Parts: sequence; structure tokens; C-alpha cells
Amino acid sequence: MDYLRSHLLSLILFVPTLGALLLLLLPRRNASLLRWFSLAASLVPLGLAIWLWMQFVPDQAGFQFEEQYTWYEAIGSSLHLGVDGLSLTMVLLTTLLTPLAILASFSISDRVQPYMMLFLLLETGMLGVFMALDLLIFFVFWEIGLVPMYFLINQWGSSNRDYASLKFMIYTMGGSLGLLLGIQLLGVLFGTFDLVALYDGWNALNEGVLLGMSVGTVKAIAFWAFVIAFAIKVPVWPFHTWLPDAHTEAPTAGSMILAGVLLKLGAYGFLRLVLPLYPEQARVFAGALALLATGAIVFGAFGSFGQKDFKRLVAYSSVNHMGFVVLGIAAAALARGTSDAHIALNGAVLQMFNHGLSAAGMFFLVGVIYERTHTRNLDEFGGLFPVLPIYGGILLYTSMASLGLPGLNGFVSEFLVVRGSWPLLTVYTAVSMLGLLFTGAYILKAIYKVLHGPANEHWTHGEHKVAEISVREIIVMAPLMVLILWIGVWPAWILDVINKAVVALF
Amino acid sequence: MTFPFLSAIVFAPIAASLVMLLMPGGRKNLVRSIALGAAVLNLGLSLWVYITYLTRGLTGYQFVEQYEWLPVLGITLHFGVDGMSAPLVLLTGVVMFTGVLISWGEERHGVSTGIQDRPREFFAFLFILASGVFGVFCSLDLFMLFFFYEIAVFPMYLLIVIWGWIQTREYAAMKLTLYLFIGSVVSLVGGLAMYWVAYQNTGVLTFDMLQLEQAGFSQAFQDFWFLPVFLGFAVLGGIWPFHNWSPDGHVAAPTAVSMFHAGVLMKLGAFAALRVGIMLLPEGAKTWSLLIIGLATVNVVYGAFIAFVQTDFKYVIGFSSVSHMGLVAMGFATLSREGMLGAGVQMFSHGIMTALFFAVVGMVYDRAHTRHIPDLGGFVKIMPLAAVGFIIGGLVSMGMPGFSGFIAEFPIFMGVWKAQWLVAVISIVSIVVTAAYVMLVIRRVFFGQMPEKFEGHITPITALDKVAIVTLCLLMVGIGLFPRIMVPMVQTGVENILRLLGGS
Repeated sequence: MDYLRSHLLSLILFVPTLGALLLLLLPRRNASLLRWFSLAASLVPLGLAIWLWMQFVPDQAGFQFEEQYTWYEAIGSSLHLGVDGLSLTMVLLTTLLTPLAILASFSISDRVQPYMMLFLLLETGMLGVFMALDLLIFFVFWEIGLVPMYFLINQWGSSNRDYASLKFMIYTMGGSLGLLLGIQLLGVLFGTFDLVALYDGWNALNEGVLLGMSVGTVKAIAFWAFVIAFAIKVPVWPFHTWLPDAHTEAPTAGSMILAGVLLKLGAYGFLRLVLPLYPEQARVFAGALALLATGAIVFGAFGSFGQKDFKRLVAYSSVNHMGFVVLGIAAAALARGTSDAHIALNGAVLQMFNHGLSAAGMFFLVGVIYERTHTRNLDEFGGLFPVLPIYGGILLYTSMASLGLPGLNGFVSEFLVVRGSWPLLTVYTAVSMLGLLFTGAYILKAIYKVLHGPANEHWTHGEHKVAEISVREIIVMAPLMVLILWIGVWPAWILDVINKAVVALF
Repeated sequence: MTFPFLSAIVFAPIAASLVMLLMPGGRKNLVRSIALGAAVLNLGLSLWVYITYLTRGLTGYQFVEQYEWLPVLGITLHFGVDGMSAPLVLLTGVVMFTGVLISWGEERHGVSTGIQDRPREFFAFLFILASGVFGVFCSLDLFMLFFFYEIAVFPMYLLIVIWGWIQTREYAAMKLTLYLFIGSVVSLVGGLAMYWVAYQNTGVLTFDMLQLEQAGFSQAFQDFWFLPVFLGFAVLGGIWPFHNWSPDGHVAAPTAVSMFHAGVLMKLGAFAALRVGIMLLPEGAKTWSLLIIGLATVNVVYGAFIAFVQTDFKYVIGFSSVSHMGLVAMGFATLSREGMLGAGVQMFSHGIMTALFFAVVGMVYDRAHTRHIPDLGGFVKIMPLAAVGFIIGGLVSMGMPGFSGFIAEFPIFMGVWKAQWLVAVISIVSIVVTAAYVMLVIRRVFFGQMPEKFEGHITPITALDKVAIVTLCLLMVGIGLFPRIMVPMVQTGVENILRLLGGS
């Protein structure tokens, strides 16, 4: 038990990798064994993460469950892991969504073994980013997660997958170049990559000349290098164009993870690196960030409304929703330490979690109907509610969470963001709330096009009659739906952890 | 007396090649078995040297042996390895082993793979080359270094011209040999100048590099001779603008020779440029450091772009070597701890990676008889392991964390930040260009639809091929995940160089 406790994070991190390696030993043809084994391998980290959540002491500031192993001593980097309230929330989200995504992938029958291996490796990659307390390790996991996702899209995606996967890869890698340069600069300056040491050292460095420029200029450039890397991942308008392609072409479970977790990596980068390392620059450029966030909210909503493809519509909705996360971050950057900033950040972090739940749910539901009809064109659906009452109900429920209906989770987080940012960034917040109107519009459009209106006889009668959602698919949705309602009516259990972390950090 | 490990490593391949030449040429499998046995022996010996050095936490030159050779002129057979050369000895052992494995080949369904034409002579020449390579990495005597250097270069000519790609082999072999000979002659002149001036300074006639290090060459002398000596060797390291022989040579050479060529021979150039250029003329190196960094930047960026536009599978890899070897030159030229550390690891990492690349290219070419990328496709179904190997190699080449390429490239960039930060900003572009061409090549060759004319004609790779691929992949992943199996050792080599540079 003590061993378990002291190695909890590394176990959560590497059990999926171990599972992936063990998959190699299983017979390649026995698809159902491979599936169940992968599911089991991803349930172990979930169990451990829940235990981690219960063992975690919210009142204690700083990082908990720290572990440190030597890795690359020559340049001052070690495998340093630890969690605080922010990362803990994200670890829980990741470990929760991965088994659901694997369960959702039970319908995959093409090359199950490599598919499941990539999924488990992807989980390690994502978790590593959230747990890393070493800048180089952060970058290692940040990049490594790209590879499985690239191949998942490229090999199991739909028709335009070659274009989408390469765009995803090149966009993200290209965006990370500035981050990589910034990390190298920090490493050269301080001889260590340990985050806590870098926070202190980098913030103490305020005057003088660096690389032939004033420190302020260098920091401003480095700030934007970091911001661009993370903004592409979030994605913030106008860096979002890879997202609709990647989401649309990815296999269903890939989209769930992309929207549910991968986008959070970007937002987490803002919270873990940009705000602590560049408080001054963040304050100066908060307006610009808020402008981009508003752009994401408004244009994301418009973009979504204009789509004919169900999956693209949901993809653009991610741009819209993640905009609120960035708006909250911008507010916190502007007025660090005030209670308004704390409220906005609480909202932003909760929104990360909430969007993870609802976006994963929405993408899964799109996948469910796509598997039955092999089309995502909204114009080809219509009037399916009577044929698919259970599916319709679940879709309606999840959509309402995404729309921000009070009583469900989206409302809580968006309200907190808006409440926190209003006094600080009034105009941007006001415009964003108008954007919220269009959120309602595109979600209602999707529901109308799929469930209501004149029935498309092709799907409601005869040989092409669509089948109701299966038990397995309901099991995928059930945890998401429970959490959506739970956070909606009683968010205190999670906000407590988030709030204490936010107050301690910012 | 302890066992002379280094002499055994250097001379075993030549001995094996003599034994092979005595065998009847028709008994191909007998010859191959001898070759494989010798390769395994060499791999074992170099692994022993490597592991001993690493686990005992040794520093400085180890396994030193010294024999009189031509005392009148101060030439001795002086062997020893340090933290910089021991990984390269291991690299040569690994490439030799895997090179023999993939050259074994088979003839089945009318498809012949590996080397089926006169394997006896092929392996004999290849092993003479290997002896030369081992000799350069182990030599502590300048004369012997040149001696082994020429031994390594000459068999290459025969190997390419006899077993090479029929369309360009004469041209490529001639071009390669002339480039390398001219380069080494220029360096040799510099070496003789050092020998002579050291004699004037100290009154001792010696080619011993450990003594030449202490010869007290004047600043003017070093400034004058550094460039010819460094660049003369760096021609073999593929430095721009003298890289032109390398892609042609790589493409024309038969598979195992390409592996040796890009995997080991280019390291020979970089290593000799370091050992003779930077370590014997450290003040000259400081003077010209920025120029070398500038040339290497062109290598890195230009090489990546040129690789991007190639349509020949093998040329893509050939130009990627130009790009990656630029990083080695760049790392050494920064003269900083991080830069040289990274360059040392990069030599090993690139050697393994490119050997793997060429091995896989060879496997595809032997079966498809074309390397034109648009004509290929879908090979993952027939040779999944080769595809996985190529993907891992590709990830190494784009500097993906978790693989050896990242362990090497990251400190190189840190060194460049210290020397000239603008270069870091410019060269980093190569990472994303590399990612693009690697991903495109993987997709076009291994995925997608296999052209109809190949259906049913492509045979799977042999068990020996698989052993080679797995060996190379494990090394790249191992170093990527556990840098401590190589980095501490290279660090001791770097300390030695820093000491000569006056502890910068």
C-alpha cells in the first residue's frame, strides 16, 4: 500500500504503456480479447486516479504525490511528477475518457491490436503533460502524444484523413517550435528544467541585456512563442483551422479524445506555464488574448451554425466553448490575485472539465448515428426522434449541457467565467455573451435537423431503418451523463479542489 | 598482460576477410556464416568495451595499447578509446552485424534479395573497410589515423562500382572517391605541418596525438591550418558545400554499403575533424567556430528542404543524412559542453537511424525494383515490421522526444544558443520540414493502395532482416528513454575536449 501511495503517479502514467506492450503478446486475431484487455488496462489508471482524488488534500498548497527520477542529468532534466488541483482535475478527466473511448471503439474491427496500442500510448502521452513538473518532460509528453493521434487519424479516419492528419501534425509541431526554442533558452539560462526553479529564476530576471536585446523584449517574444504553441492546441481563433479537419476525419473515439483531452493540453499549458512564467507579459497582452478568445467564441459559433456536416458542427462548437476557457485565462492574466480573477479561473478550469465531458459525449453520439447511416450530412437526417427515442433523449440531454442549460454542468462554468471576466473585460465579455446566443442557435439547429422536422423515410421505414442505441453505447454515455448532471446541480465537490489550487497559484 | 581488445576489434575483420577469400567462392552460405561469425565476434568485443567503459564510470583513454611501428619517424600503433569514440566503436560493431544480416538475403519466387552475386568478395571488401573504420576510431596516432582512414575509403570504391546500382555506379564511385581523397590529402598536409612544427617546438619527432596536443602550436599556425584540416575531414562528414558526393554515393551503393557509408563512414569524417581539427588545433577552432556553424546551418536547413522534394526513396534518405550530419558539425563547432555532448550522441543516433533507413529502403527496392516514390505503396501489408522500423527511424529523424534523436538534438540546440542564438532559430525550421517529408514518405511507401503490378509478387522480409530491424530499433528507443546508457560516457569525452579548449 505504501509502495502504491508513493508511486501512484508513475503507476497511473505507465500502466497504459505497459498495457500497450502486453497487447503485443496477445494473439492478433482474437479481437474481443484485445478489446477487453485494453479496456481493463485503461480502467486501472481510472481506479488509481479516483483513489488519487480521494487521497488528495485540497487545502495543502503546492504539489502533492511528487516523484522524481533521474532522466537526463547532463542537461539538468529529471522525470519529476506531481499534481495540484489543476492537474488532478485533468488527470481525472483523461483517465475517465480513455476507457470510455476504448469502449466506444469496440466497433472497430480493422487492425484492433495496433489501434488499441496507439490509444493506450496516447493516454500515457496526455497524462504525462498534466503530471510533469519538469519543463523538458512536459515537452517530451507534449510532442509524444502527437504520434499516436497522427496514426489514429491517418489509419482509421474517414475519407480525407491523409490531408487532415498531416495538417494536424505539421500545425502542432510547427506551433511547438517556438515553445521548443523558449524551453532551450530557459535551459541554457538556468541549467535546469525543474519548473519550480524556473518560475523563481525567470521571474527574478527582469533587467539587463539578453541576446543583445533588453530582457523585457526577449520575454515578450518568448511569451508569444509559448502562447502560439498553446493557442494552436486550444485552439484559439485564428489558429483553429486544423481542428475541424482533424476532428471530422478522426475515428469516433479519436475525436472524443481530441476534443475531450487534447484541447485541454493547450489550456493547461496556459495555466501551468504561460501565467506563472510571464505574469507581467500576460497582464500587458491580456487584452489581445481576450480579443482572440472573443473571436473564438463568436466565430466558432457562427462557423458551427454554418455547417452541413454534423461532425464539423460539433467540431466548431469546441472552438466556441474553448473560447470561454481562454477568456477566463485572459481575465486572470489581467487582474491576477483579485477575487474576480479567481472566479473567472475557476470557471475556466471547470469549463475545461465540462467541455471534456460534453464534447466527448457529442462526438460519440455523432459517431453512433454515423455508424448506422454512413452519412453525417445534416440534410439527410430528420424526424428520427420517434424511431430513436432513447438516442434522441440522450442527444437532447448532452446538447443541452453543451448549450449551457442551468442545472447541467456547462452553465456553472460558463457563468463563472462570465461573472469573473465581466468587471475586468466588460466589452469582450458582453460580445462573447452575444456569441452565446448563437451557441443556442447551432445546437438547436443540429437537434432540429436530426431529430425533428419531416421524417426521412429512408431511415424510418424499410430495410435502412436505423437501429436504436445499443447497451454498450449507453454504457459509454452513462458516466458522462451522470457527471454532467452531478456537476450541474452540485459542483462543490470539484470546485473545491479547483478553487483552492487557483487561489494558491494565482 | 590484459587482453588486447582494441587490436582484436581492429584486426579481426581483416583476418575474417582473408579467411573468406580462402574459401571456395561457390559455397555462399559458408562464406556468409564466416562473415556473420566475425560480425558477431566484433559486436561482442565492442559491446564489451562499451559496457566496461560505461559501468565502471571510466574517464580518459582506456584499453590503451602501444606498439612500435616505425620508431625513426615517431610512428607507433597506439590504440585507445575515450567517451567520444567508444560509442562509435559500438556503432560500427552494430552496423557491421546488421549489414551482414540484411546482405544474407534469399532467392525465392525469382526474387533475389541481399547480395547473391559473389558474396565472398563482397564481404571480404566490406570487412577490410570495417577494419579501417575501427582503426580510425581507436587510433591515438595521427599517422595511423590517416592510414586507417584511407583503408576505409578505398574498398568503398570497389563495393560501389561492382555491386552498386547499375545506372550511376561508375559515376558515383568515382565522384565519391575523388572527393574523399582530395579532402584527406588536404588534411594530411595539415597533419604533416603539425608533425613538423611540433618537432621544431619540442625536438621530438612524433605522430602521437596525445603529444601533439601538448606541442604548443602558435595562434597563427592554428588559425591557418584549422580550416584545411577540419574541412578536409568534414568532406566525409558531408559538410556543405562539399556534401555533393554523399547522396549520389549513398544511392549508388548496395544496401549494406549504404548502411556503412551513411551510418559509419560519415561519422569517420566528423570524428576525425573533431579529433584532429578541434582537439589538436583548439585555438584555430575558436577562431573559425562561427564559420563552421554557418556552413552547418546550410546543411541542416537546405538538406531538409532538398530531401523534401526528392521523389527517389533512397535520395530522400541520402539528403536527410546531409541535414542530420550538419547538426553534428554544428554541435562540435559550438565548442560548448552541451553542443559537443549532443553531437557525440547524434553521431551514434544518426548512424543507427540511417542504417535502419537504408536497410528498409533496400528491402523495398530488392522486391519492387523501383525506388520512385509515386510508384510504391501499401508495403505495410507485406512487411509490417519493416514499416514499423521505418516509422521509428522517422520519428528519430524528426527529433521526436522519447527517441534517441531528441536526446542528441536538444543539447546541440542548447549549445547553439550559447554560440549564436540566431542559428538556433533558423535551424529549428528543419525539424518541421523533416517531420513533413518523413510522414509523407511513410504514407506513400507503406500505406495507401499497393500498385497492382506488385500484388502477389512481393515477398516478406527474412527472419535475419527482422533481427536487424529489431536490434536497431531497440537501440534508438533505449537511448531515447534512458539517456544514461550513453550520455555519461560521451560527457567524459566532452570533458577531455573542453580541457584542451581551456575549459570554456
